[in-house]
Amino acid sequence: MTVTKALTGPPLTRDEAIEKVTGKARYAYEYHSQPDTAYAWIVTSPVAKGRVLTVDADHVLRSDDVIAVLWHENAPHLGDVGDPTLAVLQSPEIAYRGQLVALVVAKTPEAAREAAAQLPVEYEELAHDVVLTPDHASLYKPEKVNPAFETDTEQGDPDRAFDASPVQLDQTYSTVALHNNPMEPHATTAIWGENGSLTLYDSNQGGGVVQQLLAGLFELEKSQVHVINPHVGGGFGSKGMPRPNVVLAAMAAKVTGRPVKLAVTRQQMFSLVGYRTPTIQRIRLGAEADGRLNAIMHEVVEQTSTVKEFAEQTAVATRMIYAAPHRRTSHRLARLDVPVPSWMRAPGECPGFYAFESAMDELAVELGVDPVELRIRNEPEVDPETGNPFSSRNLVACLREGARRFGWRSEPRAPRNHREGRWLIGAGVAASFYPTYQMPASATASVDENDHYTVDINATDIGTGARTALHQLAAEALEVPLEQVTVRIGDSDLPAAGIAGGSMGTRSWGWAVTKACRQLREEGAKSVTANTKKDIEALGEYTRGSYGAQFVEVRVNQDTGELRVPRMTGIFAAGRIVNASTARSQFIGGMTMGLSMALHEEGLIDPVFGDYANHDLASYHVAGCADVGALDIGWIEEADEHLGGAGTKGIGEIGIVGTAAAVANAVFDATGVRVRELPIHLEDVLK
Amino acid sequence: MTTTDTRSQSTTSTLRLQVNGREHELALDHRTSLLDALREHLGLTGSKKGCDHGQCGACTVLLDGRRVNACLILAVTAVGREITTVEGLADGEDLHPVQQAFIDRDAFQCGYCTPGQICSAVGVLAEARSGWPSAVTPPEGGVQLDEAEVRERMSGNLCRCGAYANIVPAVLDAAAAELPAPGIETAYHEGESR
Amino acid sequence: MKPFAYAVAEAPVQAVHQLSARPGAKFLGGGTNLVDLMRLGVESPELLVDVTRLELDRIEPTATGGILVGAGVRNSDLAADPRIRAAYPMLSQALLSGASGQLRNMATVGGNLLQRTRCVYFQDVTKPCNKREPGTGCPARTGAHRDLAILGASEHCIATHPSDFAVALAALDARVQITGPAGDRALALADLYRAPDEDPSRDTVLDPADLITAVEIPTSREAHRNSLYRKARDRASYAFAVGSVAAGLSLAPDGTISEVRIALGAVAHKPWRARRAESALTGNPATPEQFRRAAELELAAAEPLPDNAFKVELSQNLIVAALSTLAGVEEA
Repeated sequence: MTVTKALTGPPLTRDEAIEKVTGKARYAYEYHSQPDTAYAWIVTSPVAKGRVLTVDADHVLRSDDVIAVLWHENAPHLGDVGDPTLAVLQSPEIAYRGQLVALVVAKTPEAAREAAAQLPVEYEELAHDVVLTPDHASLYKPEKVNPAFETDTEQGDPDRAFDASPVQLDQTYSTVALHNNPMEPHATTAIWGENGSLTLYDSNQGGGVVQQLLAGLFELEKSQVHVINPHVGGGFGSKGMPRPNVVLAAMAAKVTGRPVKLAVTRQQMFSLVGYRTPTIQRIRLGAEADGRLNAIMHEVVEQTSTVKEFAEQTAVATRMIYAAPHRRTSHRLARLDVPVPSWMRAPGECPGFYAFESAMDELAVELGVDPVELRIRNEPEVDPETGNPFSSRNLVACLREGARRFGWRSEPRAPRNHREGRWLIGAGVAASFYPTYQMPASATASVDENDHYTVDINATDIGTGARTALHQLAAEALEVPLEQVTVRIGDSDLPAAGIAGGSMGTRSWGWAVTKACRQLREEGAKSVTANTKKDIEALGEYTRGSYGAQFVEVRVNQDTGELRVPRMTGIFAAGRIVNASTARSQFIGGMTMGLSMALHEEGLIDPVFGDYANHDLASYHVAGCADVGALDIGWIEEADEHLGGAGTKGIGEIGIVGTAAAVANAVFDATGVRVRELPIHLEDVLK
Repeated sequence: MTTTDTRSQSTTSTLRLQVNGREHELALDHRTSLLDALREHLGLTGSKKGCDHGQCGACTVLLDGRRVNACLILAVTAVGREITTVEGLADGEDLHPVQQAFIDRDAFQCGYCTPGQICSAVGVLAEARSGWPSAVTPPEGGVQLDEAEVRERMSGNLCRCGAYANIVPAVLDAAAAELPAPGIETAYHEGESR
Repeated sequence: MKPFAYAVAEAPVQAVHQLSARPGAKFLGGGTNLVDLMRLGVESPELLVDVTRLELDRIEPTATGGILVGAGVRNSDLAADPRIRAAYPMLSQALLSGASGQLRNMATVGGNLLQRTRCVYFQDVTKPCNKREPGTGCPARTGAHRDLAILGASEHCIATHPSDFAVALAALDARVQITGPAGDRALALADLYRAPDEDPSRDTVLDPADLITAVEIPTSREAHRNSLYRKARDRASYAFAVGSVAAGLSLAPDGTISEVRIALGAVAHKPWRARRAESALTGNPATPEQFRRAAELELAAAEPLPDNAFKVELSQNLIVAALSTLAGVEEA
């Protein structure tokens, strides 16, 4: 089949589909089960702040099955790579409950688990503080927010403009800690070679960064570390950087001289591999009677840990999503004795849009205007923060198309107006946005004597469909049928490329693949390696991003408060869509996770013990099959000539942005109850 | 059969497991779950470990034709049962209709929950053929698999990528494609009660 | 998980003997809760006696017109049984609302009744819990207690019993047949569970070597046939109840209530039979107002905590909704 360039590419099935449905696709823990393979098990701290005093390793080493116990007094020294979460077993200090304090290595997983449970560890325990409050004494202004945005911004005189506005909204919204919980727990199989090389089958969103940091930690050349990850069982940000599992597995393999397998348990994932910070967000909107915004203020309080700073960029997208002459955004962090927060799908935009798009709905109610119309009235001509033109911006088109497909009632909200039996019915809308990022990448295209093409790039397919999309882009650029092209990814021996994160994976890799393939074809060469660094530097001064509009129907039971979402419509404008099928899957996946955030997910910090009390999948609910109704997905065809590369934006994260606000807005429409704290519980709407 | 002496203090047993039509003799720690026996001892890594506590469904296999969570089954208790994993569903190169439907509907992304989803769906189809009700089945009349039925019946399999909206039509496609096949045996025997 | 010996029981008496002879031994049924708890370190038996190969997997009519359900019958088989569906709809519905299809295929009738609380402190061995380690305290009272008890709790424990099935059995006045070291006996399900009082570590009155062999469901009556189970939870499926009700109703020819059966789930250490509400309703008209009044009367004894106070209203609403449905009347 020949692929021709179109704004929407064909819905081809995934290259690895058969492996995945037959169980042949192998994940990180599924290599090297052989007689000398050892199994490592992490021991975590039951105290939230303090020090490890002693570890009685001999107590468990009496068992024939236990090979080694590692802790800070006997663990190999690690090089400093600037990330304290990777400096495992290097110090006795405990900064949060659930921090790893020791590692047991045994001949069987059963023995390793039991020895870890029995290992005597003595602690010095200090008082801890884990509760985020809006006026926490430790609040400070971080230098930058993730990844490198200004912490605070101000334009005009927002206080005065707000005070002078005839219509004012001043509300505070909060979100709880959210745990990424990819279905495949973080896992590594580590093998040291006789020549001092290290092979890692590791579950991550980018083998390149794992290779680089592990080389630093173990003081090796990068070329001595080989990271292999052909299949990764989801990540959603939590596998965007190496996690303790890969360092520990390598350490254990080095100490024992055996291949070592290590999986983080589901329970341990609630403390060891990152999560989304809780947020407290005050939003003030000052508007004219016709709904035009004069002032926007979005002030965010969130948490970080004491060992490593992570500053989520919650209010950053508020700087440019709607027009208003006066605006202020700020971020303050409380440094708490909590696990280290990190990236989770659309860090910043996701919690920020829940609050901001809820506030826009409240303003629409206040003004008595259709919430869709309110957004359209505040559409900016140029990026209101920078003054740059938009490379393309089709939010209005998404809102209009979504309203049409959903059957939106274009009128002011009149809550508690629709019911069927004991169910109250409502509809809500919210906008979505995710910026378009890109990272330099290299790709090699080559052709053999049988005219078969091979494209090599260390890209990572965590379920996004990247492998398939790159295959399609390669065939298109080579102008040959798909069958004539093989794409190889997921191996650090391949040309270097960035992570699957920031919705920039397929965009960045596709750019390099397209460039290498075009060059090979044009030059008639046998092999070409292309890099995109200069192309990216040459991008013009435009604001680039994907936009969307989400419409949600909610049903609320009058007797129980139970909330159901029978249908959602999501319309997106995200540049060129390479594969209609896998792209749709990305959008439905994001919206499903957004629905899950709105109604189910809740990391409950335990003030007494300092951990997330509900640290398993029975008590930390993620949306199940019965929670998800009909999903209608569409997109605006977008030819954006300022994107470079293959003309794609990013689609991995925008689906989760705005969903929770659309659900909360629909709950208001159904019940008249405005819920400003996620998740929405049945008791919030019970009467 | 297991060779365990019931009075013994032994914490291991030598036993035989029937997996995908083949018999395997294994010496196992009693603590070994069926899931770990498959993954670590038999090299059948298709069945996945997502939570190890029966809370996600990634480990779903068929035990005597019924879907179960292999993580909560001790391997030693599976002696004499016919175990079918995702590796045993296809007939050579010919995929099981559920596998094909999952591909056609793009009913997975990362693929980690997929073997469990597929085994679960095979179990769902057998249960529906047997007339087993679900929490959403109306009291009167038989079982008609529709979207609501499939959503409820597939709820024991979490998918963090959020492929549910594709999994449901995939299961319905497979239900429509399947030739009539015998249901699974139930404890109800006609005639006993009346 | 500690290493353990394993034995397959061949007869109930032998199984009981195996447990009596070895402290630290436990029966293994479907394993859906025990294996889970062993992996968490909450349970650490030295010997597991597998009772799933006993011939306790029959569903049979009794001489008196009831149904005897073997303790080894899997939840899914019982839920699908046409006799159960026709004569005791609340029972089938309760089973089907529990867990997942996979777990229902594994879980046994006996094991379902004996499952332990899902309180997060009970399940975490790094934290105190009076039920797991008597005398260590109950952090739930000031911690995560949204899912926990509002009725019948003590200062030592506010755990809830997680079973849906047991709620319907309580409403049906089912009896539990037991083979124990002293021989066979039967107990009303209502008498199986103990209040937490001073010692919440023991959920039931059973001896560790007592084996539940069967559950006896009484002869079907109108209030059994006209029955339902309604469960409210945080996910549409595959979640424990936040509140639930099993209810059955029969009306006299004049429209008054001749018999009503109500049991609540997720509110106490056991299925909570709403006897006060039942007696307030019997003989009275079947109206939503009467249902509301009776529900309020039943919940008057509730002692909720800040995060589970909503369960009072939720449970009242569930009673009113269930009875209104069964009576065929519209709620206000």
